[in-house]
Amino acid sequence: MSILIQATYFLAAILFILGLKQMSSPVTARRGIHWAGIGMVLATLVTFLAPELSDNPQAVTNYILIIIAIAIGGGYAWVSGKKVAMTDMPQMIAMYNGMGGGAAATIAAVELLKAQGEIAAARESFVGSVINEADPSLMTVSGVMGVDVTILAILGAIIGTIAFSGSVIAWAKLDGRLNSNKLLPQQQLINLVLALVLVGFAVAVYFTGDLMPIIIFFVLALVLGVFITVPVGGADMPVIISLFNALTGLAVGFEGYVLGNAAMIIAGTVVGSAGSLLTHLMAKAMNRSVSNVFFSGFGTTAGASADAGESGGSMKEIQSQDVGIMMAYASQVVIIPGYGMAVAQAQHKVWELTQLLTDKGVKVKFAIHPVAGRMPGHMNVLLAEAGVPYDLIYDMEDINSDFQNTTVTLVIGANDVVNPAAKNDPNSPLFGMPILNAEQSDNVIVIKRGRGTGFSGVENPLFLLDNTRMLFGDGQKAVNELIQSVKEL
Amino acid sequence: MIEGLAALYIFMLAGFTGYEIISKVPVILHTPLMSGSNFVHGIVLVGAMIALGIAENTTQQAIGFIAVLLAAGNAVGGYVVTERMLEMFKSSDKKGAAGESK
Repeated sequence: MSILIQATYFLAAILFILGLKQMSSPVTARRGIHWAGIGMVLATLVTFLAPELSDNPQAVTNYILIIIAIAIGGGYAWVSGKKVAMTDMPQMIAMYNGMGGGAAATIAAVELLKAQGEIAAARESFVGSVINEADPSLMTVSGVMGVDVTILAILGAIIGTIAFSGSVIAWAKLDGRLNSNKLLPQQQLINLVLALVLVGFAVAVYFTGDLMPIIIFFVLALVLGVFITVPVGGADMPVIISLFNALTGLAVGFEGYVLGNAAMIIAGTVVGSAGSLLTHLMAKAMNRSVSNVFFSGFGTTAGASADAGESGGSMKEIQSQDVGIMMAYASQVVIIPGYGMAVAQAQHKVWELTQLLTDKGVKVKFAIHPVAGRMPGHMNVLLAEAGVPYDLIYDMEDINSDFQNTTVTLVIGANDVVNPAAKNDPNSPLFGMPILNAEQSDNVIVIKRGRGTGFSGVENPLFLLDNTRMLFGDGQKAVNELIQSVKEL
Repeated sequence: MIEGLAALYIFMLAGFTGYEIISKVPVILHTPLMSGSNFVHGIVLVGAMIALGIAENTTQQAIGFIAVLLAAGNAVGGYVVTERMLEMFKSSDKKGAAGESK
């Protein structure tokens, strides 16, 4: 039996790694998630046969509890995952990730409580006896569980718990349920003190066999996760979610060691390192460092330079008929979509417009900034949902030199990713972030709801340029009008 | 059971594997891949089942129950959303050959 279980875990680990590998190319990506899914089902089924489960006097109750818990947790996730809108995907990933972190932390909790229970029982049996103390090395959690296991259990508990409460906050912020960035004055200092106290209690858990330190330890870790995440600005959320994803992987790997489970160690560590690299890539794409994300609010420097941007020119409006003519007779049109397009649910209309223009012989390309949408790649998902084939979609590096050959660049719902201030205004908070060179095309049309600033609150000088025209209105309505005017030609 | 040093080797090799997998990924797949790796750490379900399976009293069972509940949510939810995202990636030349579905 044990051989069967180990062999299945081994197979599952292979399927996870191959699955992730295949997910790194759009052609094989679907097969990849299927393979990983098969691995997960096999690993789950075979775990029912584990001798640890059947040898327990509580086996029957526990089997029933396991099945009920899987049915409820899995059922909830199945339904919510099926119906969530593509625009809300980032917070849903945050939620599921938080659940994983919470699971890793609760596994640690069970292990620590089991050890604590053994110690309590041992103490009980020595009360009143001649020898008033048992073997002292067996009177601490680390004595019962072993040094390495205890350390990794505690580390996994800290990381998993922080990932859990942090992910829940990230979900609440992205879902618009929590808007505050401020919690307490001197938040960073408080977080530091809290982290130190948490380490203190982790040491206490290690060296004692009492229940109280364990409880306080978990509560502190929960609070720390909240405190870390609340001050993080909305634009930085994807980096945080990715980081929590990596942390959860690490916590799962650690708890895998505690349980002696190779599948958990391998899968958890692979995700931990892959997630860390992904976090780094995301932060780099946004011109932020990971420590920057945590320790400085983004909006704080924006106020200073906001008025400096008002200096030259004004926005010039244009009507949709004129834009229609412009695009229908263009040689190349580049569309730069932003999150605003997705919010307006305009992606289907944009694809319709693209097909119309292609039929008229216009070359249409989509330019995607690495951080368009709420996460890297989010915009690609949204366009894919509308049916846009991925070979019309270009990354920033591939298209930036092509803007010079572009007759019309249509910016729809994007703002900061085309802000030239990132290139030439050292005072801008965006300075240094790579952007799409929209301003180099012959004409720039910006579809925008109003005259306000974007997500980050930074003024955009692109809107004031001589070759830029503004088409004000709701994204979907504006594109609809464009379709009409192209059709009428 | 995995011994200390062997586990260290597993940690190291798995770490390099993860790094290697991600390093050549096009930006368009970042979100699905993050979601996919989010699904993969749903393997915590296996550990949660063991944690609940070895529980001996009501407190441990209650906590283990929460562990399985959360882990199942991670695994199932991660799979569903990743699959939904990847389902939509189509290439324009494939479309004709595969036959229009919509």
